[in-house]
Amino acid sequence: MDVVDLSRLQFGLTAMYHFLFVPLTLGLAVLLAIMESVYVTTGRTIWRDMTKFWGTLFGINFAMGVATGITMEFQFGTNWAYYSHYVGDVFGAPLAIEGLMAFFLEATFVGLFFFGWNRLSKVQHLFCTCMVALGTNLSALWILVANGWMQYPVGAQFNLDTMRMEVTDFSAVLFNPVAQAKFVHTVSAGYVTGAMFVLSISAFYLLSGRNRALALRSMTVAASFGLAAALSVVVLGDESGYTAGQNQKMKIAAIESMWHTEPAPAAFTVIGLPDQQAHTTRYAIQIPYVLGLIATRSLDGEVTGINDLVEQAKQKIASGMQAYAAMQVLRRDRTDAAARATFEAHVGDLGYALLLKRYAPGVTDATPAMIDAAAWDTVPAVLPLFFSFRVMVVLGFYFIALFGLMFWRASIRKLEAWRPALHVCLWSLPLPWIAAELGWYVAEGGRQPWTIDGVLPTFLSASTLSVGQALISLSGFVLLYTTLAVVDVFLMVRTVRHGPEALQPPPVMPTLATHAAE
Amino acid sequence: MSEYEVLRLIWWAVLGVLLIGIAVMDGFDLGTAMLLPWAGRTDVERRVVINTVGPVWEGNQVWLILGGGAIFAAWPPLYAVAFSGFYLAMLLLLLALILRPVGFKFRSKLSDRRWRAVWDAALCAGGLIPALVFGVAFGNVVQGVPFRFDDTLRVTYEGSFFGLFNPFALLAGVVSVAMLLLHGAAWLACKTEGSIAARARQAGTVAGLVLVVTFLAAGAWVTQLPAHRLLGAAVTDGPSNPLMKQVTIVPGGLLANYAAAPVTLVAPALAVVAALLSVVVLRAGRHPIVAFLCSGLAIAGVIATAGVSLFPFLLPSSADPVSSLTVWDASSSRVTLLVMTVVTVLLLPVVLAYTAWVYRVLRGKVTTESVLRDPHGVY
Repeated sequence: MDVVDLSRLQFGLTAMYHFLFVPLTLGLAVLLAIMESVYVTTGRTIWRDMTKFWGTLFGINFAMGVATGITMEFQFGTNWAYYSHYVGDVFGAPLAIEGLMAFFLEATFVGLFFFGWNRLSKVQHLFCTCMVALGTNLSALWILVANGWMQYPVGAQFNLDTMRMEVTDFSAVLFNPVAQAKFVHTVSAGYVTGAMFVLSISAFYLLSGRNRALALRSMTVAASFGLAAALSVVVLGDESGYTAGQNQKMKIAAIESMWHTEPAPAAFTVIGLPDQQAHTTRYAIQIPYVLGLIATRSLDGEVTGINDLVEQAKQKIASGMQAYAAMQVLRRDRTDAAARATFEAHVGDLGYALLLKRYAPGVTDATPAMIDAAAWDTVPAVLPLFFSFRVMVVLGFYFIALFGLMFWRASIRKLEAWRPALHVCLWSLPLPWIAAELGWYVAEGGRQPWTIDGVLPTFLSASTLSVGQALISLSGFVLLYTTLAVVDVFLMVRTVRHGPEALQPPPVMPTLATHAAE
Repeated sequence: MSEYEVLRLIWWAVLGVLLIGIAVMDGFDLGTAMLLPWAGRTDVERRVVINTVGPVWEGNQVWLILGGGAIFAAWPPLYAVAFSGFYLAMLLLLLALILRPVGFKFRSKLSDRRWRAVWDAALCAGGLIPALVFGVAFGNVVQGVPFRFDDTLRVTYEGSFFGLFNPFALLAGVVSVAMLLLHGAAWLACKTEGSIAARARQAGTVAGLVLVVTFLAAGAWVTQLPAHRLLGAAVTDGPSNPLMKQVTIVPGGLLANYAAAPVTLVAPALAVVAALLSVVVLRAGRHPIVAFLCSGLAIAGVIATAGVSLFPFLLPSSADPVSSLTVWDASSSRVTLLVMTVVTVLLLPVVLAYTAWVYRVLRGKVTTESVLRDPHGVY
C-alpha cells in the first residue's frame, strides 16, 4: 500500500467511525427538544425525567462525536495537503462557517443542558436544548455544503496564477442542488437513527417490564417521529438520486451497474452480479422504465451507460490535454494569446488531463493506450456500490414499515400487547447505522477516482508523506478508536441497564426518614 | 491600499485573534486539566476541579476547531503546509484532544478508583500535550521550517519529527505550558475556594514566574536567530503564489519590526507586565478575577509578539526561503476573504453574546458541597 491508499483507508475508517455518533446526535437532539417541550407545556415531570435519561445517553454519544470530529477537520491538512491547497479557497469556507455558526451553538449550550437544570427556568432550559438541536442540524448543513461541492463543484474556477480552484460565485456553492439534497437526506437519516435508538431501548424496558411509563411515552414519540423521518429519508433519498442523475452520471450508472445506454426510459436492475472486468451485469433481473423515471423524472430522458460515459471521458481527457499543454506555454509566457484562448476553451476539462499523471507524469506525452486506461479509471468499483445501494434502499423501506407498525400500535395504545413486535424493535437497533454507513459508501465510493468530481483525482490529493508516517497514524487511530469504542459501548449498555431509576437523586438522610416512619 | 490588501491584513489580524482565542478560552481548561492531579488531592477535590470547566470546555474547544477551519478557509497554503509538515506532532495533538472529551464525560460514570485514576491521567496528558505541541510548533515557525514547493505548489516537508524538538522550540514549549498553567491556575483561583484555590495560587505563582523568565530568555535568543526578509517592494494584492517573490535571510532580523514601528513593543511588554501582575494578584489572594484577566492579557501579548516578529511572514521556510508563506501570498482569493469577513462580522458578536450569557448563568464558585449535592448533574 502506498501513502494514498493508507490515507484513504485512514480517512474512510475515521469518517465512518465519526458517523457512528453523528446521526444519533442529530436525531436524539431533536427528540430531546420534543420531550422537553412536552414537559414545559404540560408540566408533567415524567417528561423531564425522560429528557434527563435520554440526555445522559446523548451526552456519552456527543462526547465521542466531538472527539472524533476534530480528527476529520485536521485530516484534510495532515493527509490531503495538495487537496487543501487546490480547493481550500472553496472548501475551507463552509468548514469555517460550520465552526462559527453551528459548533459554537451546540457546544456552548450543551454545557447548560447538563449543568443548567437547577440554574435556569424551564423555558430557558428548553431554549438551550433547542439551540443544541439547531446547532447539530446547522453543522450538518455546512459540512454537506462542503461535501456537496466535492460531488458537484459549482461556482468555482481554476486560477492559473495560484494553481488552484477559486470561488467565483459563493451563492452557487451554498445553493448547490446536490448539497441541498444530501443535507435533507442525511439529516432525516439521523432522525431515523435517533428514533430507532429510543424505540429499541424502550422496547428493551417494556420486554423486561421496567420503567413502563417512561418507555411507553418514549416509544410513542419515537414511533411518530421515526415514521415521519423514515418517509422523508426515502423521499429525499429519491431527490438525492435525481440530482445525482442530473449531475453525477457516472455514479448513477455505477450504482445501477448499467454498462450500455438503453433507450428511454431505462429499466431498473433489481438484482444481478456486476462484472467490472467484462463490463456486464450477470443474472440481472430488471423492471422496465423505473430507473428512467427515478433518474430523469420523465419517460423520454436517457440514462447514460458506463461505456458511453467512458467514451465521453476520453474526449474530456483529450480536451484537458489541450488545456494542460496551453498551461505549460502560459507559465513560460503569460502574453501568448493563442495559448490563452486554448486554455480558456478547455480549462473545464483540466481535471481529466490530471488523471493521466498516474501513467504519464508529463501529461501531454500520453499514448492512446494511456488515455484509454485513464478513461476507464473514471469508473468506480461497481459491485460494492451496486449492493450497498440496494441494501440501503431495502432498509429505508423497512424503517417505514417498522415505524408505521409501531405508530399504529401506539395510536391504538397497544404497544405492549404483542411482544414479537417489541423484539423486532430491539433487534433492529443497528440497522440505521448500517444504512447510514452504506449511504456514505455509495456517496463517496461512487465519487472515485476523484476527490473533487472532474477536477482533482484522489491520487494527486494526498500529502507528500512517508509510508511509515501514514502507518503510525493509522495504527494510532485504530488503537485509540477501538479502545474508545469498547469503553463507549460499555458505558452506554451500563447506563441503559441501570435505567432512568439510577438518575433519581438519592434519598436525603435516610435515617431521619426511618425515624419519621416509626 | 487595495481591497485585497486590506482583506489580507484583516485576516492576518483575525488569525491572531483566533490563536489568542484558542489560548485564552481553550487554554484555561487545558491549564486546569494539567493542574488536576496537583490541585485536587482527593476524588471530591478532583471533581471540583473538573466541574469548574465541566460545563464550558466543549464550547471552548470550538475555538480550536474554528481556528483550524478559519486557517483552512483564509490561509489554505498555511493549513496545507503546517498540518502535513508537522504530521506526527499533529497526530500527537489529535490523540490528546480526543482523550479530553471522553475523559471529561467518562470519568464520572464509574466510581471505581482505578477507572478514575486512568481518566485523571488522560485529562492531565490531554492538557499538557496540546500546550507543549502548540509551543513547540510556534518555536519552529519562528526559526523557519524545512519545506519547499514544486512548480505545481505541491509541498514537501524535509524535516523529521524529532527535529521539531530542538532547543529553541523546547524553550517555546515551556513558555506555552507555563502560560496555560498560569491561566488555568488563575481560573481555579476564581472558581474554587479553600485548599484547592490555595494550591492553584501557588502553582500560578511558579508558572507565572517561569513564563516571564522563559519568555525573556526566548526574546534574547531570537536576536541570534536568522530572519527572513522580502527582497524588493512587496506586491500586496498579487495572486497567492509563494513562488513569485524573492526572499533573503538576515541574521538577527527578527527584531526589525520593533525597530521600524516601536509601538509594537507593546506586545512583549504586555506579556511580561500582565504575567507579573497576575502573579502579584494571585499572591495577594483577593480579586482572583483580575489575575485571570491579566493571565489572558499575557497570553495575548505572547502570541502577538510572535506574530509581530514574523510579519509579513506567516511560515518561513528554512529549506527554500522563496517557498516561505507570507501575508501577501498565502491567502484565499479576494472573494473568499470577503465572504468570510462578512460572515465573521455577522456571527462572531452573536457567539460572544451567548457565550457571555452562559458564563453568567454559571457564575459563582464550585465547591465540594455543590458537587456532592447534585451527583447526577455534575461530572
